[in-house]
Amino acid sequence: MNARLPWLAGGVLLAMSFFLAVMLVKPIGVSTQFVIADAMAWNQLDNSIITKSAETKSGYASSNAYLNKSGGKYAKHAANPMNYSFIFVLAMMAGAGLSALLSKSNATPQQDAAEREMPQVWRQRFGSSKALRYTAAFGAGFLVLYGARMAGGCTSGHMMSGIMQTSLSGYIFTLGVFATAIPVAMMMFNSKSNGAV
Amino acid sequence: MTTILLAIVLGLFFGFALHRVGATSPHHIINMLRLKDLRLMKTILFAIGLSSVVLFLGLALGLINVGHISVKSAYVGVLIGGAIFGTGFAIGGLCPGTSLTAVATGRKDAMFFVLGGLVGAFAYMLSFDFISQTFLMDKIAGGKVTLAATGSAKYDALLTSVSGTAVAIAIGIALMAFAWWLPEDPFSKDKTHHNMVPAE
Repeated sequence: MNARLPWLAGGVLLAMSFFLAVMLVKPIGVSTQFVIADAMAWNQLDNSIITKSAETKSGYASSNAYLNKSGGKYAKHAANPMNYSFIFVLAMMAGAGLSALLSKSNATPQQDAAEREMPQVWRQRFGSSKALRYTAAFGAGFLVLYGARMAGGCTSGHMMSGIMQTSLSGYIFTLGVFATAIPVAMMMFNSKSNGAV
Repeated sequence: MTTILLAIVLGLFFGFALHRVGATSPHHIINMLRLKDLRLMKTILFAIGLSSVVLFLGLALGLINVGHISVKSAYVGVLIGGAIFGTGFAIGGLCPGTSLTAVATGRKDAMFFVLGGLVGAFAYMLSFDFISQTFLMDKIAGGKVTLAATGSAKYDALLTSVSGTAVAIAIGIALMAFAWWLPEDPFSKDKTHHNMVPAE
């Protein structure tokens, strides 16, 4: 989909979205909402997970220590899906979907369909097995969200919003991410056939 | 209700921007991480630098409510969690925000990434009780601190002898200058090869 902006125009657009968010409400963050979605589903299966409580700051408590931390903030958000951060993430998905619908592809429909299954760089290196790519994507998602929750944020909250505010945590997170991401990407994907450096 | 309306407008804008800069494509992210195509890195560095300069100017001029600043704590788990994150980031070519937006653009591999992410976040919820008692939660330099003074009483600044505005603007300009200087494809000898960019 030939929607990709030149680097500078893209940078200005992205900067506007970070800045407007903090000016109007608060810095952007995404990974917490994976926890909120999990908590909603878990509470559907077992409604003793989140309870109302007069003793916590948020008015909600949880039998799970993570949902119960910071005065039951996560428990409260999972019990009330119509909150800023959750709706923000749903709207973010809609925004990307809309952008994709509005953009024209410069590839053939077959090429687009193939790319939606796995990125070209993956296919060149590991072949066209969907099972392999989907399994790897599942495992990668597990690591990314486990790591993000341990770190207390992700690319949005720590890297973009964090460094924008000059937060020490943002620089530390970025250091940790690139210390593994760059060598792992090079080891996994570099081969003579795809232009290794 | 205003907050929900803002969530919709700001979320739409952010998702739109992520797609337009190419961040919803694992192909671009993986090629950025193996230092093959740095266009996305240039974009992100520039965006962080520019938004930081505008934010601190806005704070200095009193145009931005300092209560909107929200600084996350620095602790050992930020570094270790970041390293775990980085491993998955390289394998998948996706992060939390870009995986959800990639699902919205129809990517099938991103759906599996999101499912894995939900399980990973759940695993952390279950292991938190244990992890919270380890060195992973040990704070670094006081935890919720910034380099530049933001003016918020909630967060201490590490650099106190210089004006926060000056520090943040200097860092922001340095990030933008670095973004400008970085080559889009640093190691390519064959420029024609670069046209082989697939669909997003």
